[in-house]
Amino acid sequence: MSGQSPAVVSASKLGLTFQTNDGPVQALSNVDLTIGKGEFVSFIGPSGCGKTTLLRVIADLEKPTAGAISVNGMTPEQARESRAYGYVFQAAALFPWRTIERNVALPLEIIGLSKAEQADRIKRTMELVNLSGFEKKYPWQLSGGMQQRASIARALAFDADLLLMDEPFGALDEIVRDHLNEQLLSLWDRTNKTICFVTHSIPEAVYLSTRIVVMSPRPGRVTDIIESTLSRKRPLDIRETPEFLAIAARVRDGLRAGHSYED
Amino acid sequence: MIWLKPSWQAVLAILLCLVAFALGAMSKPEAAALAEPAATIAYPYMDTKGLILALLLIAALVSTVRLAPLVEGVVLFVGAHIAAWLLIKGIGGFEGTALAPYFLALAAAWLLAWRCVGLLSSLRPAANGAKTALRLVIPAIFGAWILIIWEAVTRGAGIPFILLPPPSAIGARIANSLPILGSDVRQTIFKAVLIGYIVGSFAGFIVAILADRVPFLRRGLLPIGNMVSALPIIGVAPIMVMWFGFDWPSKAAVVIIMTFFPMLVNTVAGLAASGHMERDLMRTYASGYWPTLLKLRLPAAMPFIFNALKINSTLALIGAIVAEFFGTPVVGMGFRISTEVGRMNIDMVWAEIAVAALAGSVFYGVVALVERAVTFWHPSVRGG
Repeated sequence: MSGQSPAVVSASKLGLTFQTNDGPVQALSNVDLTIGKGEFVSFIGPSGCGKTTLLRVIADLEKPTAGAISVNGMTPEQARESRAYGYVFQAAALFPWRTIERNVALPLEIIGLSKAEQADRIKRTMELVNLSGFEKKYPWQLSGGMQQRASIARALAFDADLLLMDEPFGALDEIVRDHLNEQLLSLWDRTNKTICFVTHSIPEAVYLSTRIVVMSPRPGRVTDIIESTLSRKRPLDIRETPEFLAIAARVRDGLRAGHSYED
Repeated sequence: MIWLKPSWQAVLAILLCLVAFALGAMSKPEAAALAEPAATIAYPYMDTKGLILALLLIAALVSTVRLAPLVEGVVLFVGAHIAAWLLIKGIGGFEGTALAPYFLALAAAWLLAWRCVGLLSSLRPAANGAKTALRLVIPAIFGAWILIIWEAVTRGAGIPFILLPPPSAIGARIANSLPILGSDVRQTIFKAVLIGYIVGSFAGFIVAILADRVPFLRRGLLPIGNMVSALPIIGVAPIMVMWFGFDWPSKAAVVIIMTFFPMLVNTVAGLAASGHMERDLMRTYASGYWPTLLKLRLPAAMPFIFNALKINSTLALIGAIVAEFFGTPVVGMGFRISTEVGRMNIDMVWAEIAVAALAGSVFYGVVALVERAVTFWHPSVRGG
């Protein structure tokens, strides 16, 4: 850990073109973005705008075809090899043959931590996501919301400073979603992690983020970056305040502008 | 009529009994005795004919009364089985002489047993012990009636022994030939089948992993494996005998060829069965090939691998028995079947078939039990 920490993620002129049978598809073009430590950045936009692709490029699950990107001052590949981030997918992707506890232990086994250290981290992260008491259950014995919380616990068990979340609550109903949003915020507040969060819900993006990156499709690009003026502490009812609604309106305008540009 | 609850099986059984009674003689000797009252002709059912029909009638009549299903079931069970036992016992010594009433009485007894099984399967006991007992009793009655009808028809109609021996003769043959059957099982099942099965399945598994790891093997080996599986076993068996001699290794070789390919194909398919999200997850952990294989892809492939193991358990038995038709030392199930057919000892052939069926079922059952324990998490096992 150097004293002068560089940006956690920094991308310049980033582009990614997929070669498909129907010809090249430009998923990302000319993305310039810097994410500092401790930020909560949301990526929002309609489907096909490249927000998930951008997250996957940061995670080294896709290789960019243009521009440059660094994660923790390294290439994404080096960052992945040094286990710099935890990734939460759209679905929980828990292994059905492992108990919740063993699922959370999966990354720890691969890193090669001692049994004692594993048990300690499992206990801590299970408490963090409020799943204590469900350690011995199998994933298919839990509700969808609990499964997604378990997958967040699995990403946290790693203890990486960067958390990449790809529409983690997209498949959940609104009540569970509100609850998990609240828990995620308090978790972010306590752990001071950097979080990149992909969503297509405007209220979710505004409620969670310190910065909202608005994207638009064909080619996928960043059309607006909105700094949130909300304080770090956010009760759920902040969503009815004029300040919140003003930011939401700006995001909506940004999304609409991205669309009209294309028409 | 509130206390009556006739089932169609009981009504039909009563009608059959009445027709049997009206038709008179149960067997040809009895008909002869009736025609010549003066002569003393021994005939079957001298004392038991009335008893058999009365038992059937009483059981059928009692069952039409509204009773607790368990009581009705027990009455039917006792009536149908004692009647069947008397029928089969009485025809002894008079094989092939049965007339229509014999078969009518048999049909009546069978209908009552049918009604009995129907009643038992409708029971929903709360206790676990009773549930287990029911789960065993119902198929046992079912199986027993296959044997009863087989026995009664082969003896009553006097079907030639060569065509189809009665199960009692097969049972007696099994009991009298235990040492021979034992040595045949040792030769064929414990040597050829088990060794061939283990080596063949294991080789298929290892080659699948290799093909997964090394792309050129995947391109080159899978089509060849496909061709090996298409080899006709009848053609391969004599060649294996030439290569590996008359004893069990040549049979094990045939079994290896038969079991290799199902395991190869299923394992290759199973290794591709894990989702791309799960594989991306392992990538985010910077997990290497082997940890990903052990922690994700092999567990996900287990349902496929067990499918292959189950298919192979029956294939191996067939392969080993058929391979023994092409030269073998003087022991082995296939050898016994082919030589005893030539010597017209059909009961011995049936004894071998029964032993093979039993061994095959046990083999399959053990594999299926292990599968349930290993793939407990799969929706098809956990049920939902």
